[in-house]
Amino acid sequence: MTLPVPPNDYAAYPDASGRFGDYGGRYVPETLMPLVHELEAAYRAAKADPAFQAELSGFLKHYVGRPSPLYFAERLTDHFGGAKIYLKREELNHTGSHKINNCMGQILLARRMGKTRIIAETGAGQHGVASATVCARFGLPCIVYMGAVDVERQKPNVFRMNLLGAQVEAVTSGSATLKDAMNEALRDWVTNVHDTYYMIGTAAGMHPYPEMVRDFQSVIGKETREQILEIEGRLPDAVVACVGGGSNAIGIFHPFLNDEGVRLYGVEAAGEGMDTDRHAAAINGGQPGVLHGNMTYLLQNPEGQITEAHSISAGLDYPGIGPEHSWLHDVGRARYLTATDAESLDAFKLCAELEGILPAIESAHALARLPEVAKEVGKGGIVVLNLSGRGDKDVATVATHLGRSI
Amino acid sequence: MTKARIEARFAALKAENRAAFVTYVMAGDPDYATSLEIVKGLPAAGADVIEIGFPFSDPMAEGPPIQRAALRALDKGMTLARTLELVAEFRKDDQATPIIMMGYANPLVRWGYAAFARDAAAAGVDGLIAVDIPPEEAEPLADALDAADMSLIRLATPTSDDDRLKIVVRRTSGFVYYVSVAGVTGVKEADAEVVAPNVARVRVASGLPVAVGFGIKTPERAAAIARVADGVVVGSVLVDEVAAALALNESVTGRVLSKVESLAKAVASARRDSVTA
Repeated sequence: MTLPVPPNDYAAYPDASGRFGDYGGRYVPETLMPLVHELEAAYRAAKADPAFQAELSGFLKHYVGRPSPLYFAERLTDHFGGAKIYLKREELNHTGSHKINNCMGQILLARRMGKTRIIAETGAGQHGVASATVCARFGLPCIVYMGAVDVERQKPNVFRMNLLGAQVEAVTSGSATLKDAMNEALRDWVTNVHDTYYMIGTAAGMHPYPEMVRDFQSVIGKETREQILEIEGRLPDAVVACVGGGSNAIGIFHPFLNDEGVRLYGVEAAGEGMDTDRHAAAINGGQPGVLHGNMTYLLQNPEGQITEAHSISAGLDYPGIGPEHSWLHDVGRARYLTATDAESLDAFKLCAELEGILPAIESAHALARLPEVAKEVGKGGIVVLNLSGRGDKDVATVATHLGRSI
Repeated sequence: MTKARIEARFAALKAENRAAFVTYVMAGDPDYATSLEIVKGLPAAGADVIEIGFPFSDPMAEGPPIQRAALRALDKGMTLARTLELVAEFRKDDQATPIIMMGYANPLVRWGYAAFARDAAAAGVDGLIAVDIPPEEAEPLADALDAADMSLIRLATPTSDDDRLKIVVRRTSGFVYYVSVAGVTGVKEADAEVVAPNVARVRVASGLPVAVGFGIKTPERAAAIARVADGVVVGSVLVDEVAAALALNESVTGRVLSKVESLAKAVASARRDSVTA
């Protein structure tokens, strides 16, 4: 491992081999390598093609409902008594989370590549729903791999996917959660390389996915930048987002990476606590290793076996993290905090009661660290939090944890 | 020995005009002692080359049989270190049979490539297949294996066109493993007619013997592949025998080795049969 050095230009990464410092890369079976190269070439061409970008912008505006508002959360601001708090309202997107931004970009790419079958993995079901949605819109068959445990705890989303015409495959191997769903999706891809496009839902996996998903999600940060400049006439002092695989976080962070004055905070899921082994905090509780095509921080034992993640949030319940986050952590550009299940539940309730917004339990992890961040930034400062998804899907989970039956 | 042991074995088999029978078993499946007993029995049962899988929690290119084998081994506490112990035990009585370890990157990354290569060579391992380390990521590993005189065995696949093959065979030695079907281990069946021209292509590109694996389940199929390739790799059907023996409460070693014998006979006689037929 080389010593981490902050770069002159964060936008220049990943490098040609798909690396962010030591992280990233293309650790996939040989069968997939020609496809991975084909995908990279196709993405390069699409990225540089004004027609592709115009098509994407059109769908983001008229189908997804972008731009999403940047909303001044007055009562949360008063409650914490520190910096002004703005919420980037990604939960107002079509399908209820930021996931659709990436899916819209990838489905247009898959069509350009002439692929006729879409596969995806999902944890909470947000990416699965977004994938099923764009597949319905463009008339492509969609198979969503989902851990059997998640199928059970996210039943409404499974039914939503079915209504949208997607086939949901419950994965029973391993721990039957998101990492196993990703294993199964990779096994499908390696078996059906000729016609299948793998729509990865987070900024992780083999190059070019971490770059591509980041680019598609960067619309969040680009809008935030324009909106805050318009409202406040200056950049924020801090940006906060929850991190599982980390696509919503990298999406809002990326356009600010070269602005040294903007502090970036990712919040990992601490599950039952960082002093237990039941958490999902890859950076705060893991070591670098190789899983699902990339070198990144992972929850693992000393022998290099991947250990199970635990979080109240199915969307954060993953033992890895996108490679760009691992690098931003090592070079010190972003700070990675944690929030427990209990803290996130409290933040969920607080946001509902003070702002009339039910946040996704994932996003509630970011909300849970607002007291410290707002205090650190202080009065007169500005904090933007990425409210990455809505919490309707989590109502049953929250009820269970509050000891209520609905 | 190491690289030389693989080369010597393939050269000897070529002189006999028969294909190498390559058997894959998972280290520690169903437990350390039984898997050691199986490995020790493989040469007498007809295995010419032994592939030993080291378990990983998330084996993305494996079908259900080898996934389950890995989990059985991990449940019994199998580790990469114990896998090397197993090889060292085997080597006490067998200096001729090449041993290839096969698995996934992360346990190797945790160990450190250089240290692993040194320790594996010392234990008597001759080559390594790292399923999720393609040429693009393999330079540091290839350097480490070179320093320990171990072979890096590469996978060529149905998706490898001629340009890709040139990249795949760079820095490889011993033999090339041709993955006969696009897919995971032990699911689709290999077709000898489709495989034959690809084996020839890989042989020309690499100048090395070509062993074919993934999807070889029956003696008939093994014999058909043995007529067109330099080696036949069988894995999932052997680990399935472990599972079956456990389910039926039979002797695991007995079931696995008798399966090996029946497949080995088919491979050994394949080219003779084709001449007389």
